[in-house]
Amino acid sequence: MKRLFAMIAALAGLISWLIATPAMAQDSLPPAPYAYRQLDDPALEAKAQDLMETLRCLKCQSQSIADSDAPMAGDMRSQVRERIAAGDEPEAVRAWLVERYGDYVSYAPRVTNLTWPLFVVPLVLLLLATALLWRRFGRGGDKA
Amino acid sequence: MTETSASEPQPAGFRWALWLPLALFIAFVALVFYGLVRPADRTIESALIGKPVPAFDLKPAIAARPGLSSAVYQGGKPRLLNIFASWCIPCAVEAPQLDELGKQGVAIDGIAIRDRSEDVSAFLQKNGNPFARIGADNVSAVQLALGSSGVPETFVIDGKGVIRYQHVGVIRPEHVPLILRELKEAGL
Amino acid sequence: MIAEFGLAALWLAAALAALQLFAGVMALTRPGEGLGAAVRPVAVVQGALGVIAFAALMVLFVRTDLSVKLVAMSSHSAKPFIYKLAGTWGNHEGSMLLWVTVMGLAGAFVALVEKRLPERTMLATLAGQAFVSLGFYAFLLISSNPFERLPTPAPEGNGLNPLLQDIGLAFHPPTLYIGYVGLSVAFSFAIGALVTREVGPAFARAMRPWVLGAWIFLTIGIAAGSYWAYYELGWGGWWFWDPVENASLMPWLAATALLHSVSVLAARNALRAWTVMLGVVAFSMSMVGTFLVRSGILTSVHAFAVDPERGSFILGLLAINIGGALTLFAVRAVTVTEGKRFAPFSREGALVFNNVMLSAVLGIVLFGTLYPLIAEAMGAQVSVGPPYFNPMSALFVVPMLAVLMVGPLLRWRQDNPGRVGKLLILPLVAIVVAAGAMVIMGGVGVLPALGIVLAAGLAFASLMPLRGRSLKRTPLAIWGMVVAHFGVAVSLFGMASESAFSVEKLVAVRAGDSAQVGPWKVNLKTVQPVAGPNWTALEADMTASYKGGARVAIRPQSRSFWSPPQQTAESALVTRWNGQLYAVIGEQADDGRWQLRLWWKPFVTLIWYGALLIALGGLLALIGRVSSDLRRIIAREKIAYRRERQGR
Repeated sequence: MKRLFAMIAALAGLISWLIATPAMAQDSLPPAPYAYRQLDDPALEAKAQDLMETLRCLKCQSQSIADSDAPMAGDMRSQVRERIAAGDEPEAVRAWLVERYGDYVSYAPRVTNLTWPLFVVPLVLLLLATALLWRRFGRGGDKA
Repeated sequence: MTETSASEPQPAGFRWALWLPLALFIAFVALVFYGLVRPADRTIESALIGKPVPAFDLKPAIAARPGLSSAVYQGGKPRLLNIFASWCIPCAVEAPQLDELGKQGVAIDGIAIRDRSEDVSAFLQKNGNPFARIGADNVSAVQLALGSSGVPETFVIDGKGVIRYQHVGVIRPEHVPLILRELKEAGL
Repeated sequence: MIAEFGLAALWLAAALAALQLFAGVMALTRPGEGLGAAVRPVAVVQGALGVIAFAALMVLFVRTDLSVKLVAMSSHSAKPFIYKLAGTWGNHEGSMLLWVTVMGLAGAFVALVEKRLPERTMLATLAGQAFVSLGFYAFLLISSNPFERLPTPAPEGNGLNPLLQDIGLAFHPPTLYIGYVGLSVAFSFAIGALVTREVGPAFARAMRPWVLGAWIFLTIGIAAGSYWAYYELGWGGWWFWDPVENASLMPWLAATALLHSVSVLAARNALRAWTVMLGVVAFSMSMVGTFLVRSGILTSVHAFAVDPERGSFILGLLAINIGGALTLFAVRAVTVTEGKRFAPFSREGALVFNNVMLSAVLGIVLFGTLYPLIAEAMGAQVSVGPPYFNPMSALFVVPMLAVLMVGPLLRWRQDNPGRVGKLLILPLVAIVVAAGAMVIMGGVGVLPALGIVLAAGLAFASLMPLRGRSLKRTPLAIWGMVVAHFGVAVSLFGMASESAFSVEKLVAVRAGDSAQVGPWKVNLKTVQPVAGPNWTALEADMTASYKGGARVAIRPQSRSFWSPPQQTAESALVTRWNGQLYAVIGEQADDGRWQLRLWWKPFVTLIWYGALLIALGGLLALIGRVSSDLRRIIAREKIAYRRERQGR
């Protein structure tokens, strides 16, 4: 969908994108060992896969490393799989990356003094919804 | 509109809620207006600035220079760490500036990302080789450890191994004094 | 010549929109001066001129007239005819022209057909429509003139990214646009009703077909976009909660809520202020979505799609239109009473619940999408993605779907649980069986398991409104509701199944080797180079067999375009009734083995089939509503005619 819309987005954007793309020339090295290879243990692989789907590819527009062919995404996948295979917990791997790239690298926002509204707003909406419904119905339906 | 009758009860104290959508909308407009006028620069900075360089030990990328390990950064003098690759066109663009910095006595190390030895050699032959040591990072492992998100990137690391500054993207000629100033602040 | 002709038509249309606004406002403030009579004809001519302008641009694109800047920038003489034609709207200026054209057409249609509303409300509605259009005309004429000439004609056009030359892509944007514009009509009706304080069933009936129509287009547009991303991006994902996807989802959520509240208003004359509010919000979300996509303030990490001038212009239009409408709402809604009463356990009660939940999901999607920008204003970069959106929206979607099983069975005003309970036995059995299956199977995530259980219950519950009815005599609108709700169950099952049971296999194989993914055995025969008009590709010649059955040939490609240089993975799909095999070929390793990415995705296609059912339900409802409206109008005219004759 995103490319679809990117296209509608703007001609100007498109053209500058076309200009920008060759700058990210491809290297000739083979991908990292676990970029395109699953872990042998299905349970560990599932853990790694779930984690990779929530890590942001830093070279891409807005894709997880599990959805990208960018070499750096491959390298990140390899890192993730190797660390999980070595026994790291997924959240430890995420923390390791967040320590280096900040919260930007993780699609799963943590509750921090910066992101608390993200978690408070749904609660507020929930309360508001309950209040609204209560208002309408709470008094035995005498409200219109 | 025969079915409308004005006699139905109107909930009291409901009026403020009618202005709520407008208030939220104004907040939205203010936010996206900020989004439009803010500087377009959205580089992803490493979160390691001000922290010690992570431990690593990379094999040499070319025969002519030794490999690079994080032990180098305990030498008491600040150094530049340039992350580059032969396949990266902007890296060739910034090569003269690195040369210039090298001539001014700055110790520069390189990490070649996902690169073949012969390609690195050819690249350095063509664009100059200001590097004291060059490590080969074929799976971007050290790049990831440094919190670097692309090539080229350049780090200023002080004599105690603390990352002091990160320059994302090409070092253009006008950036050279900036890098020198950062190096001075790091104790050069 | 044609370009100048088109530009003249555009200027004239803009002038007529101004006249339409002026005449409408004058007629409202000073009735009796006869200006009101001009509004409808002007609206019709304005619509016609818009069509002429758009047709002129189409001709320029089909002829590839390279003296026109827009054509030279975004077309190429060697493009296939269909992409030349689609090129008309495949760029900023052309798509904006399409927007005003469809909007003008819709206005003309309303002016010609809509006779049920009081004339004052109609005047206000058409004036509102003209006001919104005028903003877009100004946008086009001042900063995005599609007919601008080059000082000297270009020797050849710049062409279009070959990736974007895709038949789905050619028709996806206009589909969404028609949806957006349909919502603009609902918006204008809401404005008209607010201005004249005439909010009632007649208003709801006038607005409903437009909301339904818009909603159908939005549903199809989103589903098509999702499928396109699924097969084109090469990783098997079908929804990423990307800001741009969210931008298309938000108007849909608002329109879905509006669709349901408008039914309450039409049938029961309740939820008046709320429906008007949603009418404003639905179009607001269309404009917000357009703004977010056009300005590029969210999608782009590298800040490339940003065009501050256009972004500011759309933001300005947004602020004027929506800010104005919301102010009008705040001032006027006080005098719009909420309407007839009803008990919580009633059809209205369930629909109110649905509306509140949909609005909450809308709020979360909007807030989550904008949050990275809020964080940036506070000096930090954050990403908000599936791990946030999935559980947070489920918080509201799950209760909503639970109520959806009951809601359509309820009577208006008041109902008793005992009567409805009997109808729910079958759905409850389905829920218990599905839940049992999930427990026995084990290892299914919470959300997918919940999805499957809800889908099972809803599949049966959605059919219950047909019970005890003669299927032939069931009104189309009821059929529409049943089909759409059944579609929700189907789509939900597809999503949950894809998420819970997909099998992924990444393997490196030599020619002649096989790989197993789920029940499929895939064999790589050879890899050979093939060439297309503007690309070369490595094509894998593979066979796939399901549980040892017949072999099907599949040919995924790894394509390299040379202008501009770009690699794409063309996936190969094998569709069975119970799912899809998804195969992608990657690079060749140094040892000669080929990278294959294989997925078996059970029931994944149900996601889009369900969406099509939802849209089909909307279509049935639309046909049913429009034809019964027409019958009512004809009957009324007949009575009037008879009376007239008797009078003589």
